[in-house]
Amino acid sequence: MTGQAQQQGEESAPLVLERGEAPTDLRILVRGAWTLTRAGTLDRQVAAFEIPAASSLARSEAPRGAPLPGDERGGEEERRSRPRPRPRLLLDLSAVTALDTSGAWLIDRLVGRLHDAGWEVEIAGLGEEWRHLLELARHRPVTVPEMPPEPHPLTGFVADIGEATVHILNNFGALLTFFGVVVARFARSLFQPRRFRFTSLVYQMEMVGLRAMAIVGLISFLIGAVVVNQGAVQLEKFGAEVLVSDLVGISVLRELGILLTAVILAGRSGSSFTAQIGSMVLHEEVDAMRALGLDPVEVLVIPRLLAMVLTLPLLTFYADIMGLLGGGLMAWGTLDIDVTQYLTRLQEATGWRDFAIGLIKAVFFAVIISVVGCFHGLVVERNAESVGRHTTTAVVEAIFMVIVLDAFFAVFFTTIGW
Amino acid sequence: MNPLPPTEQATRPHEPASVRDTEGGKSGIVVRVRGLVNRFGAQVVHRNLDLDIRRGEILGLVGGSGSGKSVLLRSIIGLQKFESGTVEVFGQNINRLSPEEAERLRRRWGVLFQDGALFSALRVGENVEVPLREFYRLPARMRCELACMKLAMVGLDSDVMCKYPAELSGGMRRRAGLARALASDPELLFLDEPTSGLDPISAARFDSLIQHLARALGLTVMLVTHDLDTLFTVCDRIAVLADGRVIVAGSLNEVLACDHPWVREYFHGPRAHLALASHARTATGDDAPDREG
Ligand SMILES: Nc1ncnc2c1ncn2[C@@H]1O[C@H](COP(=O)(O)OP(=O)(O)OP(=O)(O)O)[C@@H](O)[C@H]1O
Ligand SMILES: [Mg+2]
Repeated sequence: MTGQAQQQGEESAPLVLERGEAPTDLRILVRGAWTLTRAGTLDRQVAAFEIPAASSLARSEAPRGAPLPGDERGGEEERRSRPRPRPRLLLDLSAVTALDTSGAWLIDRLVGRLHDAGWEVEIAGLGEEWRHLLELARHRPVTVPEMPPEPHPLTGFVADIGEATVHILNNFGALLTFFGVVVARFARSLFQPRRFRFTSLVYQMEMVGLRAMAIVGLISFLIGAVVVNQGAVQLEKFGAEVLVSDLVGISVLRELGILLTAVILAGRSGSSFTAQIGSMVLHEEVDAMRALGLDPVEVLVIPRLLAMVLTLPLLTFYADIMGLLGGGLMAWGTLDIDVTQYLTRLQEATGWRDFAIGLIKAVFFAVIISVVGCFHGLVVERNAESVGRHTTTAVVEAIFMVIVLDAFFAVFFTTIGW
Repeated sequence: MNPLPPTEQATRPHEPASVRDTEGGKSGIVVRVRGLVNRFGAQVVHRNLDLDIRRGEILGLVGGSGSGKSVLLRSIIGLQKFESGTVEVFGQNINRLSPEEAERLRRRWGVLFQDGALFSALRVGENVEVPLREFYRLPARMRCELACMKLAMVGLDSDVMCKYPAELSGGMRRRAGLARALASDPELLFLDEPTSGLDPISAARFDSLIQHLARALGLTVMLVTHDLDTLFTVCDRIAVLADGRVIVAGSLNEVLACDHPWVREYFHGPRAHLALASHARTATGDDAPDREG
């Protein structure tokens, strides 16, 4: 097959095989633009190019002349080659119209393959600069990082479950440890009050509490109104519409006010704790703090925890009022229950305990939300994606734990007869 | 058949500028900044700054810390909204580009940011592959091998391919950033302090790499640097940024002749003398750049 163009008909064939003139046995003409834009095509064409077997040319005598002028690879190849003389092949690059590092890399790879096929390759027709390029873009066989083999779907599924379980347990353990650390640091700062970051505390209270008032108020108001509206439909069947006061009073004070507020703050402030602290970890700010002798728990976590513990009960109280207000307005507007009637029933139906239950729960929920938020911020790995993932996890985990604890409280308070 | 329609006809990169230039090339000026004003609040960073970068040259930009070199670079590549003035790249005003034109323009340049700016969620290899993946259709394996080649060019082993940027040292991150900037052989390179944080060997290697690439591919390079050796050995021209404008831009000798106090202090300090002396020594000998290996 020597002696004829291998890919006839295709004008753009990048490689053309020709019979070599002495002293080479074979000549490959490389032509066209060898650049990144065409690299995909070239790669395919080079792969399709049949490398002639060197053994087809049995050489008895070995005229190992000096390498072509301007060709340094010749010398190198000589060093590399085995003592047995190899048939020689001339790679003629004089028809290459454009070359960049990707093209040079492709050519270098081709040279490597030719060499492996037993040829002694000489390169000709290359200017000074392009020879440097070939030098720089040397093809190195890469061991493309092996992806772990895809597990069997079933075993993979089971493995995933196991992994997730271990992960959840580890995570929970780490969270408890972190909680312990926070309590210890908090206790220490109780004895050394100057360790409290007062400015930070006030700032966080504004962000967590004051700025959440609009959304918390609006949502509680609407939910209070909805409870009255929907409850009335049911109570009407018994002609007991007046009892909507009991309904809205008990549900808002005991459950809805605090739950709604906690969920809103978990989404609003818990997530921002994670994102703030997480991006500080990302930019080595937390490391810098440690290096400066500052304790991240003391500087970052305690002010946020305290701010949350102080403001969540206040917000809950506010949410309770707004919920009752919404219920009252709805009752007055649609049910012809006037204000005195509504308030009197409310006073008879609910006691200070219902009110206190909401506030007691608020303190616990505040601890959960802030500790979970800060914990996830501090365990962020150093990449942007991890910040996002942990922010989501923090919110989901906080809401989950809030609701689980709320269920416990419900049973607990009923048991003790509150 | 081609992955992309050949917008530019293939020409020898090292041929004279006139052959290669397709637009706005009458002057052979790749970047033209005129009357640039940048202001942050009350602080004026650039006041009426003019700068030209010629085709095929390596321009070194020096200036004190905080003098606005990075801001200038960001203005040129369209990341910084400036107050007034014009910036033309390849003859196109960067503020009057359609999104498609802007994308085409961005493909033609590579940028190394001062702090590397690698994508933290991607492995180093994937970072280098990003320009290849976005703009060229290549087989995955080839892309990976090309990325490995680029990393080798900047002196990184193939085993960093699988690491995340957070797992690299500062100098390694910088070199990986350089590999990403070089990934698609862009014809215009903006490098913000490419050698800071590198050991002298890697820095020298960078110098020779940039020189060879620029010569072989006809690259135009704007190089922000504080490294006097890089400045003296690699740069064809030097521009000095002080008082919010380019006070002098020219060959080393022209800059040395300038008698602005900052320039005098910079180029006639003890460090500069050492670097200059060693530069003069190599320049008198055969200044063929040494080859690695
Ligand atoms: N986003 C920004 N907002 C406000 N001021 C900025 C901003 N970016 C830069 N500056 C100010 O502009 C000035 C120039 O900054 P620039 O980063 O360009 O300096 P530089 O010359 O690159 O310095 P260095 O050599 O230290 O990198 C500085 O005084 C900086 O404070
Ligand atoms: Mg800078």
